[in-house]
Amino acid sequence: MTAATLRARAEEAFLPPVVALLIALVAGDLLILSVGQSPASVFAMMLQGTWGNAYGLGQVLYKTTTLICTGLCVSVGLRAGLFNIGGEGQLAAGGFAAALTGLALPAATPSVIAVALCVVAAVAAGGFTGWVPGVLRARFGAHEVITTIMLNFIILAALNWAISTRLRVPETLHTHDVRAGAVAPLASVIPAFHGSAANLSLVIVLAAAALTGWYLFRTRGGYDLRAVGLQPEAAEYGGVRVGRVWTRALTLSGALAGLGGINFVLGYKHYYEDGFATGYGFLGIAVALVGRNNPWGVVLASLFFATLSQGGLAINAVVPRQMVDVLQGVVIIAVAASVPEVRRVLRFGRWRSVRAR
Amino acid sequence: MIMAFLAQTIRIAIPYLFAAAGGTVAERSGIISLTLEGFMLTGAFTAALGSWYSGSPWVGVLCAVAGGLVFGMIHAVATIRFRANQVVCGVAINLLAIGVTRFFLELAFDSASNSPRVPGFSAGVGANGGAGTGSGSALPGLLHNPLIPIGLLAIPLVAWVLYRTPFGLRVRAVGEHPEAAATLGVPVHRVRYMAVAVSGALAATGGAYLALDQHQFTDGMSAGRGFIALAAMILGGWDPMRAGMACLLFAAAEALQIDLQGTQALASQFVQMIPYVLTIVALMGLVGKAVPPAALGKEEA
Repeated sequence: MTAATLRARAEEAFLPPVVALLIALVAGDLLILSVGQSPASVFAMMLQGTWGNAYGLGQVLYKTTTLICTGLCVSVGLRAGLFNIGGEGQLAAGGFAAALTGLALPAATPSVIAVALCVVAAVAAGGFTGWVPGVLRARFGAHEVITTIMLNFIILAALNWAISTRLRVPETLHTHDVRAGAVAPLASVIPAFHGSAANLSLVIVLAAAALTGWYLFRTRGGYDLRAVGLQPEAAEYGGVRVGRVWTRALTLSGALAGLGGINFVLGYKHYYEDGFATGYGFLGIAVALVGRNNPWGVVLASLFFATLSQGGLAINAVVPRQMVDVLQGVVIIAVAASVPEVRRVLRFGRWRSVRAR
Repeated sequence: MIMAFLAQTIRIAIPYLFAAAGGTVAERSGIISLTLEGFMLTGAFTAALGSWYSGSPWVGVLCAVAGGLVFGMIHAVATIRFRANQVVCGVAINLLAIGVTRFFLELAFDSASNSPRVPGFSAGVGANGGAGTGSGSALPGLLHNPLIPIGLLAIPLVAWVLYRTPFGLRVRAVGEHPEAAATLGVPVHRVRYMAVAVSGALAATGGAYLALDQHQFTDGMSAGRGFIALAAMILGGWDPMRAGMACLLFAAAEALQIDLQGTQALASQFVQMIPYVLTIVALMGLVGKAVPPAALGKEEA
């Protein structure tokens, strides 16, 4: 690869998110001005409330952890050319399975084994809920966009039924505390984070991100997966079984979302609560998009969206925190619209410069 | 009893009918309608806003249509002009609608959860204490809310437009084979802009029905109805009349569940699943495969 193509690739990868952030910044300014505040001081307040103190940063890291999972979930699907919009249901299923396992294990189970079993349960539950639309696509040709949305509602309704009729602590919508499998808070390693929700799930999730990157870019299976995503007919001709890759990709995708369930269930509250996954699935699409479907890009994008979400709470006194909900939508639309546009402008520019020579 | 059940079914079906009618037009033109939920939520909010400031529910309906058009145009410009991915943009429109309605709910009514009581359509404003079920339970009671007959007519109207007018022919042409349509001089982009605008206006009117029937806007009040309408449209094989039947079917199941609530015969969660399970079954092709418009969601050359 020559330096020129490398540079061209970097431009295509990084320009859309940058353009989107600028647009979001302008939109944010307008919203802040509309309530009669000064944008500079509000954004400064947002930074102070997130990265400016250990508690805020801890909350950001907590939200980042779940977002990395749903972001990876969407990314792996997109690398295979599939849209997994079912992240929310898969995340909830993972958290539910982790809680069930933690409730079933005897309290005396060694912590390492208990956590490992709960993680396996979360990954398996998420993987299964991803496998279903995979098979529906591969065997029946049912489009995964629709089936994953529909499965979201089905899974969430089923879990709501299980919680509200069987498993809840009376007068609440959550289970009892898990007996085993709790993940230690981040404060146990870095005391400054005391009081925040951040926990060592982050380490497990970062390892999963690294593993995903290795699988996608360093293994044969990952190569097949990306080949199918780029051009399924060509991959088929090259001897790849496209249907199998689709099923495998969505299973992996669901498993990654399911893993995210441990952050809330094992690391934070120590119980499963109805609705804990709300919003994370769709935000995963934003994360994957801004992270350009690259595992480390996903980690960075998760940090950004977690900061935005936590920042909303920090500015609530002067600007309604709902401002950040608006900005999330703006960022996604702006990235989605600028990806093809940037590519077109860049390629046109290159073509012109070649002709000028 | 039967009459009351029928009336209840229709009342539940109205927002689905509006949104499914709109979604059918957009999807037949080749633009994916994951946006119905967002259009509906926006419509519910702007309807409450308009009705509150003007005192007239009709102004509320107009505001809903305007809100739906604005969001429809955002989606159309992003996906048609800028060729943004329709699925991504659709999801973003829904998130944007949640954010915008919450932000302005806070700004206009200083509340994170709901608007104050606004003028609406059901008879006896202020008399029922905002029970949200409208007027009497029999069929004639349905006429108190003009959006009910309009909603029932929206489906056959869309069917007529799609199958019996030049505009409908163009919509179907650009949804099946945009290149061929363009060759014949059909302005593909303009037709799609109009189709998305129609879907925004119709789905938002469905949202207006929700807000004006309950005399207030509550946060997230579309509550997945846009996706149920999407399911109905798919189950109806992208045909407006059959989509309308699916809407009525889903609504009847909900009405039945409400009737059975006391008996514990059936957990409500399982009734909620019906539309989604049926849609997946339809997409699997076990009972007559649902085939989408050929150019749906495709990025055109």
